[in-house]
Amino acid sequence: MSSVSSTTTAVAPATTLRPRTATAAESARARWGRRFQHGGWFVAPFFVMYGLFVIVPVVRGLYLSLTDANISGDHTSFVGLANYREALKDDLVWSSLWHSVKFTMYVVPCIIVVALLMALIAHHAVHFKWLWRLCFFAPFLLPSAVVGNLWWWLFQPTNGMVNHVLGLDTPWLAQKSTAMTAVVIATLWWTVGFSFLLYLAALQNIPQHLYEAAELDGANAFKRLLHITVPNLRNITGLVLALQILASLQVFDQVVVMYQFGPGPEESTRTFVQYTLEQGFTSYRVGYASAISFILFLIIAVVALGRMWLLRNREEAAR
Amino acid sequence: MTAPTPVMRKSRSTWTPAQIALTVVAAALSLIWVSPLVWALSTSLKTPTESVTSPHWIPKDFTLDSWKSVFEAGNIPNWFVNSLVVSVCVTFIVMLVASLAAYGFARTEFRGKSALMALTMAGLMFSPAILGVPLFTTVQSLGMVDTYWGMILPQCAPAAMVYILYKFFQSLPRELEEAAFIDGAGRWRIFFTIVLPLSKPSLSAVGIFTFIASWNNFLWPYMVTNNPDLMTMPNGIATVQNAFGIVWPKLMAGGLIAGLPLIIVFVFFQSQIVRGVAHTGLAGQ
Repeated sequence: MSSVSSTTTAVAPATTLRPRTATAAESARARWGRRFQHGGWFVAPFFVMYGLFVIVPVVRGLYLSLTDANISGDHTSFVGLANYREALKDDLVWSSLWHSVKFTMYVVPCIIVVALLMALIAHHAVHFKWLWRLCFFAPFLLPSAVVGNLWWWLFQPTNGMVNHVLGLDTPWLAQKSTAMTAVVIATLWWTVGFSFLLYLAALQNIPQHLYEAAELDGANAFKRLLHITVPNLRNITGLVLALQILASLQVFDQVVVMYQFGPGPEESTRTFVQYTLEQGFTSYRVGYASAISFILFLIIAVVALGRMWLLRNREEAAR
Repeated sequence: MTAPTPVMRKSRSTWTPAQIALTVVAAALSLIWVSPLVWALSTSLKTPTESVTSPHWIPKDFTLDSWKSVFEAGNIPNWFVNSLVVSVCVTFIVMLVASLAAYGFARTEFRGKSALMALTMAGLMFSPAILGVPLFTTVQSLGMVDTYWGMILPQCAPAAMVYILYKFFQSLPRELEEAAFIDGAGRWRIFFTIVLPLSKPSLSAVGIFTFIASWNNFLWPYMVTNNPDLMTMPNGIATVQNAFGIVWPKLMAGGLIAGLPLIIVFVFFQSQIVRGVAHTGLAGQ
């Protein structure tokens, strides 16, 4: 057969049965299927941006990480892996990395549980649906700086809302034991709306007939939740988990604003990104800052590739 | 026996016990979620002295002074315009560039396509937080520090948006495009007159999330601008306001001014946003 049948897979049986007349329509179809060499023009604008602002910085960062460059750019010399060796021995690298990891371990499960709960509420509610959606999602629309300032104020020991409502006098932001918890609460409040929307969309995509069938079989609401809703949300949970882990490891904005660009009580909230930027823009050690950025990149790459590997394994198991 | 089963009577109340319980829980959770904003509003309407006396919700000396002084003393109108210019430009460029690239990947063939796709996927792992320092030196060497372009362009290479739209274009049936092609339309015309109009829900989701991210972007404008005249809302609020000293009512008024525009937008576009998320296939992955 000519290229006609291979290009129109959807209607293949019909076309193959028809006698081959060289109609204009068929030759146009053939041209459509032929390799379209100008396709490159469609991706060109994106790749100009992508090249300039992703690829060049990555390559430049790799190069800088092997030098002792400072912010002015002069007197740069090649130092090999010295920056990476120094980073592995730098206590602040490890402690700030631990703060970011600890933050991630606290905040991600909280986000998933609360987002799912909110989505179930907003999905099943008959009344005021739009109002719940608005309330749960609204904080996500605030700039991080506003969130940081707001919670700095809410956590004030004597005049803040949190202690006023809970009847406590905890100095949330001034002691090491609560400093990270405060950041987690603020972040949960701020970012849960995004995951909530993803869950809500996923709930709406679950076919209604599954529930009807289960109801006919006599499954109660709890059983339907456990055996239909939860399994159908597995994919979206994987996505939310991956997105949240990747975002949380890069936490920076709200923390520095809550602690006025400082490292927090007993330096307990300095995050990894914060340390990178301190090295780059405060100490002007661009080379060293690039090297520790790549350590974070390696961790993120491991998480991202791990997710891809898990997904592929599951797909193969499903076959 | 084939008569249709009677439709549930509309008059029956929807306030079942389960719905009442659900509404109570929803209201409680919503109250918790909104209370910080209410507290911020209440603080912004107090005098500075009242704000630091014993905490209470209803301002006794109700005053709009803080809102007024933020509008007068701060650079709020200026930052607002900067934010608007930056976010609108970023959103427009991202939507154009990402949809073109996604269509190129989904529907056309060219040499090196698979390599470029792999490169784009790899880009999903890089963020401004990781690239911060080398991105800054790159922008510096392009001479774009302290310029609008320096703030805008680095936000315009979103691998994630290309990926979302790529997935969406793949799910579109080819027949419509083929029919248009037979009628003699070129690839570009097909893209702009058939594919883009079909992609409105996905495109608007991409546009809305790009706009939110850009409007709220703190880290990048913070790194690339020192000039207070060029600052965006979040940066202006964070850096310059703190220089006033800590005056809570002013801080809260400033924060609300920075945050309210998007919340108001969301009130109007709520259902589009939710539908957009569902449509992008983001949810169905």
